[in-house]
Amino acid sequence: MLNYIKLIVLGVIAIFALVAANYARDVAYLVHAIIIFAVSAGLFLWVLRNTDEPVPARVRELSYMDGVVRYGVVATAFWGIIGFIAGTFIAAQLAFPMLNFDWAQGYMNFGRLRPLHTSAVIFAFGGNALIATSFYVVQRTSAARLWGGNLAWFVFWGYNLFIVLAATGYILGGTQSKEYAEPEWYIDLWLTIVWLAYLAVFLGTIIKRKEPHIYVANWFYLSFIVTVAMLHVFNNLSIPVSIWGSKSVQVFAGVQDAMTQWWYGHNAVGFFLTAGFLGMMYYFVPKQAERPVFSYKLSIVHFWALIFIYIWAGPHHLHYTALPDWASTLGMVFSIILWMPSWGGMINGLMTLSGAWDKLRTDPIIRMMVISIGFYGMSTFEGPMMSIRAVNSLSHYTDWTIGHVHSGALGWNGMITFGALYFLVPKLWNRERLYSLSMVSWHFWLATIGIVLYAASMWVTGIMEGLMWREVDANGFLVNSFADTVAAKFPMYVVRATGGLLYVAGAAIMCYNLWMTVKRAPAVEASAATAHATPAE
Amino acid sequence: METYSLLRQFADSWMLLVLFLFFIGVIVWAFRPGSTKAYESTRNIPFRHEDAPAAADASHDKPAQNEEART
Repeated sequence: MLNYIKLIVLGVIAIFALVAANYARDVAYLVHAIIIFAVSAGLFLWVLRNTDEPVPARVRELSYMDGVVRYGVVATAFWGIIGFIAGTFIAAQLAFPMLNFDWAQGYMNFGRLRPLHTSAVIFAFGGNALIATSFYVVQRTSAARLWGGNLAWFVFWGYNLFIVLAATGYILGGTQSKEYAEPEWYIDLWLTIVWLAYLAVFLGTIIKRKEPHIYVANWFYLSFIVTVAMLHVFNNLSIPVSIWGSKSVQVFAGVQDAMTQWWYGHNAVGFFLTAGFLGMMYYFVPKQAERPVFSYKLSIVHFWALIFIYIWAGPHHLHYTALPDWASTLGMVFSIILWMPSWGGMINGLMTLSGAWDKLRTDPIIRMMVISIGFYGMSTFEGPMMSIRAVNSLSHYTDWTIGHVHSGALGWNGMITFGALYFLVPKLWNRERLYSLSMVSWHFWLATIGIVLYAASMWVTGIMEGLMWREVDANGFLVNSFADTVAAKFPMYVVRATGGLLYVAGAAIMCYNLWMTVKRAPAVEASAATAHATPAE
Repeated sequence: METYSLLRQFADSWMLLVLFLFFIGVIVWAFRPGSTKAYESTRNIPFRHEDAPAAADASHDKPAQNEEART
């Protein structure tokens, strides 16, 4: 019965997408209509071919649902490479403008590729990592199979469809010009549906858990899912100009819109890139160190302090603007208070290794996790400092901001995700160990040196740029033109692109290592394997 | 009073107090007597049930739901 409803819905969507392609007012919308037609028509055929087939035996609750986690791991590695390459390429474009090729003008120049890079690394790489690890962790810590059956598959494929629509939209100019929230109205609506399904799967699994307590990692994941849903809906309140076009108009205007945007933007950092990844930290670091988290009490205080404080920090993106002073001061003060829960969490993560510090010498995966926590501490120290108005007057609009973001994103989010992937792949594919530990070491050092080159060059160029902008001569005239700062930044831009290249190289080594782990590493012994033998559905 | 001032006044007073008290309550609760012992079991959750869910407990299962989702 359900299949007939599915067929009707998919058929209607496919026909509507064809009509939309016919009436499309802009090229981004046209391409998206064709993509949606292809996906829904393909699904229609797939459902049709499986209709009235015998229903497969019910999968018992005796195994975890890991197929979707495996797909998530592959998607994470894939989008990671795409996002890192895009980032390295646009870094090179800034150093060598001739890379904005004439033949690709309007499609592959910096302005189009930059949102592609940010969304690819944050939402495609980070988002897939969060969805995959949250599905893995919530099952293990709830001792229950994922709730909702194939709904988890809908979340995975639906989210990746969102990414494809967003990425193609940026290249073709479909953007609502909100940083980190660029996708246009219909993509936003689709993400809302997918996200609510994600919430249902996650919460459903927690509700049917067999453990009496909800482990702290799940608190962080849950706050990430709930808050991102709220942020996404409010920041994307917009009215489409036409149902046949991608353009939409924001409901909020002026400073209200700016404030909503940075309330969204900073909490995307706070809840997507921090709370969600802290969920990873609270599971994978104890697992890899083989000892429980340092202090469970601290983790509870860490959680509540983080979510209570982060939500107020957004206005520090809008110092010296039309935003009222009280709001900008509030944002600054809360950003500084935020230092405490951040470092509480960092200490909790690092001290989990107390008594097992020797593992740092022997286990490159734990080394990766430790350096990610180290970068978390560094960037959460730097961030509050940069939110102070006086510091911000120097740092804002300069490359310092970009350096700060990347020490957090490459160092904290990237490294903890790599650590989680190295942990997950042998477990998910039932392998005894990774293919090569020395390749993990290579990855570790390439990525670390890459980040150091990136952050250091951005500090130098950012502070130099800030100082050059404010330099005035004896008569009060500005000394430097904007082009002077651009010329002065050239060497640092080359260093930055080199750092990016090292980071990509490390990630490529990881992909090869993970691939060979699945292909070549010895399988877990048969006796142990029976316990692992989960159906690969 | 217009909406902005009303909401501002409420946010600056009662809501602030409620959130602050809730936060203090959480900290007091985390350090309540006996919590160390209770958390000893909780912090070890990641080390149980790594390979398979807890033995199925019939009362918790909702088989119909699963079947439906798999068709």
